[in-house]
Amino acid sequence: MEVIKTVGLTKAYSVDLFQTGPKALDHLDLEIQEGEVFGFLGPNGAGKTTTIKILIGLMQPTSGTAQLFGKSGDHAEVRSKIGFLAESPYFYEYLTALEFLAFYRQLFGLSKNDIKGRSSALLKQVGLESSAHLQLRKFSKGMLQRIGIAQALINDPELVILDEPMSGLDPIGRKEMRELILMLKAQGKTIFFSSHIIHDVEMVCDRVGILAHGKLLAVGRINEITSEKETLEASFIRIVQGGG
Amino acid sequence: MKWRAVAINTFREAIRDKILYNLLIFALLLIGGSILLATLTLGEQSKIIMDFGLASINLFGILIAIFLGVSLVSKEIEKRTLYTVLSKPIGRTEFLLGKYAGLLLTLLVNTSIMLTGLYITLMFNQFRWGLPVLSVEHHLITAVAMIYLELALITAVALLFSTFTTTTLSAIFTLSIYVIGHISGDLAAMGDKLAVKSTVILVKAIYYILPNLSNFDIKGQVVHKVPIEPIYFLLTSSYAVLYITLLIGTAAFIFKRRDF
Repeated sequence: MEVIKTVGLTKAYSVDLFQTGPKALDHLDLEIQEGEVFGFLGPNGAGKTTTIKILIGLMQPTSGTAQLFGKSGDHAEVRSKIGFLAESPYFYEYLTALEFLAFYRQLFGLSKNDIKGRSSALLKQVGLESSAHLQLRKFSKGMLQRIGIAQALINDPELVILDEPMSGLDPIGRKEMRELILMLKAQGKTIFFSSHIIHDVEMVCDRVGILAHGKLLAVGRINEITSEKETLEASFIRIVQGGG
Repeated sequence: MKWRAVAINTFREAIRDKILYNLLIFALLLIGGSILLATLTLGEQSKIIMDFGLASINLFGILIAIFLGVSLVSKEIEKRTLYTVLSKPIGRTEFLLGKYAGLLLTLLVNTSIMLTGLYITLMFNQFRWGLPVLSVEHHLITAVAMIYLELALITAVALLFSTFTTTTLSAIFTLSIYVIGHISGDLAAMGDKLAVKSTVILVKAIYYILPNLSNFDIKGQVVHKVPIEPIYFLLTSSYAVLYITLLIGTAAFIFKRRDF
């Protein structure tokens, strides 16, 4: 079953009222199957975040379609099945960790008891049990990333979308993030994450897609994209610089 | 209901923001300090305290409404907290309504605290002069209720600007609307005496399009015990509700179509 499907997805930002600028996305066709871990690679400005924003309904495409579970991300009921973590996320800094998770849990329309139990369990899972009553403005970057993951999992989603989840993390943090992704995969979830850190993608992904200048230049299993004896990083550079 | 979760979250964030406390404490000091101003006058001390107190409640209420109102949406966009919230199953209009309700709750609590401070000051003044402590003007509540309606309207203006412009510009525009809203009646009266027809039309347009905020100012009448007809409250409240509905509706229309 296709969990994510884009057909001819195009996004051009407006320069002014009468003309559009260069395309951030150019006829992107992508299909992500249920249960796979998909790494969305690309240099800065490739269009990865734009793709993700369109998928979850933060942006409208100029043309083409983007669907999650067969429906547009505009539909609120579709978003009840997904968890999302933005790049370098900011959260409500005056809330404590427990209040923060309880707030997001309430947006799924769940009971108070359910909220409390799930929030505490998640804080334990991401190693923030001792910081449950600490306001987020006192969290370090690594702690914010972890609480971000916790809110992305608050509804036990079928699809987890992560935008540059390793960004700003130290090697231990990145290892923990990779382990978390593999654990989610073992639970049967689909994970779609964007990154420009090739090494991390290599270690966890079933398939990868390489995006540059809004165009999908390559997609498939790592051994399908790389030439013989070529690392994924070398393939990435070759594909991006060669345009395909 | 999800808008309630957003409202309570907005309220919680607002009351933990130090700017709010600083404004509130300053307002209470000013209200309490009016008792010193009153000692400079011969007689009519309670009228001075009420006048000064109501003006302080109005001023600080507006400052709080603008400071918090302009950041309702634009701060969430600038800080990207909005991305995570809107990725959850909540509609954009419901989110906006929740933000507005949260700020209305914040304003209600702040206005109530300031009104309580004013009553305490008045009762203390009564006590000083050996007068019955509870014989203070009860219609102050009416004046503050009208101030609250004005704050609700200005907050809706701030929310509207917040959906499509930056925090700084939202503050400037909202403050401008507040000032023009208070003088538009005088402008319209002056306009009738102007010779240039286009200017007359412009002034009339400003009067009818922009909110007429002087309608909500009954401080003078309350302080000087001038009776006000109940129909006035009904009409003014209805005006506020209709105007707020129009502003929130426009804000929701813009917000639903925005790319983030």
